[in-house]
Amino acid sequence: MGALKPYIERMTSDARSYAAARRGWLFAHRFWLIRRISQLAVLGIFLTGPWLGIWIARGNFASSEIVGVLPLADPFIFLQSLAAWHKPIALAVIGVAFISAFYFLVGGRAYCSWVCPVNVVTDTAYWLREKLGLTRDRKLDKRTRIWVMVAALLASALSGTIAWEFVNPVSLLQRGLIFGMGAGWGVIAAVFMLDLFVTRRGWCSHLCPVGAFYGLIGSKSVVRVSAINRSACTDCGACFKACPEPHVITPALKGAGTHLILSGDCTNCAACIDSCYIDVFQYGNRFAAKHDPSRFLIEPHGVPASQRRETAA
Amino acid sequence: MKDGRTGDGSGESALRNGDRDKTQERPAARTPARASSNRVSRRDFIGNVAKSAGVACLAAVALDQYIRTARATDAKALRPPGAIKEEEFLAACVRCGLCVRACPYDTLKLATMGEETALGTPYFVARDVPCFMCDDVPCAKACPTGALDREIPNIRHADMGIAVLVDHETCLNYKGMHCSICYRVCPIRDEAITLEKQTIRGRQMIIPTVHSSKCTGCGTCEKQCVLEEAAIRVLPRPLGQGKAGRNHAGRPVTGHGTLKRDL
Repeated sequence: MGALKPYIERMTSDARSYAAARRGWLFAHRFWLIRRISQLAVLGIFLTGPWLGIWIARGNFASSEIVGVLPLADPFIFLQSLAAWHKPIALAVIGVAFISAFYFLVGGRAYCSWVCPVNVVTDTAYWLREKLGLTRDRKLDKRTRIWVMVAALLASALSGTIAWEFVNPVSLLQRGLIFGMGAGWGVIAAVFMLDLFVTRRGWCSHLCPVGAFYGLIGSKSVVRVSAINRSACTDCGACFKACPEPHVITPALKGAGTHLILSGDCTNCAACIDSCYIDVFQYGNRFAAKHDPSRFLIEPHGVPASQRRETAA
Repeated sequence: MKDGRTGDGSGESALRNGDRDKTQERPAARTPARASSNRVSRRDFIGNVAKSAGVACLAAVALDQYIRTARATDAKALRPPGAIKEEEFLAACVRCGLCVRACPYDTLKLATMGEETALGTPYFVARDVPCFMCDDVPCAKACPTGALDREIPNIRHADMGIAVLVDHETCLNYKGMHCSICYRVCPIRDEAITLEKQTIRGRQMIIPTVHSSKCTGCGTCEKQCVLEEAAIRVLPRPLGQGKAGRNHAGRPVTGHGTLKRDL
């Protein structure tokens, strides 16, 4: 283990190395590890059947049947199907309701960071980009994905098909891993290279309409990351470096309002929690009073807490 | 080094101090002028919306065009039993593979990139593994979206395609032999394929003849054809079947060649 230490240190991303040096490698990667286990496990329950004959889940992420009873269905695909004027059957509606309710609870884009296998590809590309010192970044607007999402719905209506599924790398990868990839690796390689050579976090944070859709759910979801301990922040910048959507952190960490990261763009990936060596961040829930300073702080100098504002330090 | 795990109380008192400092530093704070400088002007707003909507429309049209090109291959692939019409199928099928998992014979597969049909949709190649015509149609019953008709009463109602004796030159029966393997393996024996006596080039032959109202397109005949390349093949119905027109009075020309599903 001791002999490996310098290699591990060299492999650790810049953002996490600060916390890794102070609190240990495991501390700086604890949620990262759980996320990878979660992503593997979700794929795994679909693969125990074909590989071992133990059927936990049938189908794939688009629609599935868990232990033969519970139907699950992807809400974004469902919406496109509606846009293509397909009359839904009750089973599909039930499946979509389960999945939507789940992500309203755990955070919309928890799908992106805890389930989606493309996240592993793009995280790896980002890590490699940093390690290779690639700085070229063809800037894209973060809202592009919203318009890709709208375009996918429009194209569904125009073509009478579930349009995004003709090109969706997310479906392609999860379906490929469960049912066979064929020549689909080319598309995944393209996403990897986009993120590595062209645009920093190009796919997941700028283009993917699936993430954009889950972001809409996320902006109303219960579980949110909270910068509960923001007064202890030392401005080291590790969380901003680690975060795939750094703009979501600023209002919670540097604002005077709620401690919660409320933007739907946040993927609840906990990279900020992992990378912060003084535990500024933790998971919280939208309804807990402790995350909202206006509901418990003593008002300084007679300014009502609800009206206090401060600029970024 | 500061201990990061400060208790809630100390953390909040620090926050209060921070808040006070910043409040004092702030000049008169939140003047209307500042607020309005952050606002987007109406002209910019309309411009941005128009630009974004334009981008979305452009992307939508591009995607739609791509789909139309990709769908040129639709007619080649055989869909699972109970599949609704191809135009509607792609609005319903979410490409989940539950039908594939339900098939006890590994007949069905999901198309990977570059295969015969739309990426990820279920299809089968009769020459590799035909449909074994399970009476209860488990694949259709597994469909979570209605892309396959879950209410299909039994497999006889399936319409995966239609067998067509495409090559009269290599078919052994057309050479005067009594191969008839397609007739003998047909699961709807003596109904979907019958042997008809015909006189061709002055010789009596028995010719396998497909009956469109009975054939489900399961592909057993194609699978079992003894030739290196099958002389009898299952084609999607629009490709494999003719259709009679109407006469000048607008009345249908009766007799034969009506698409099964149009009846």
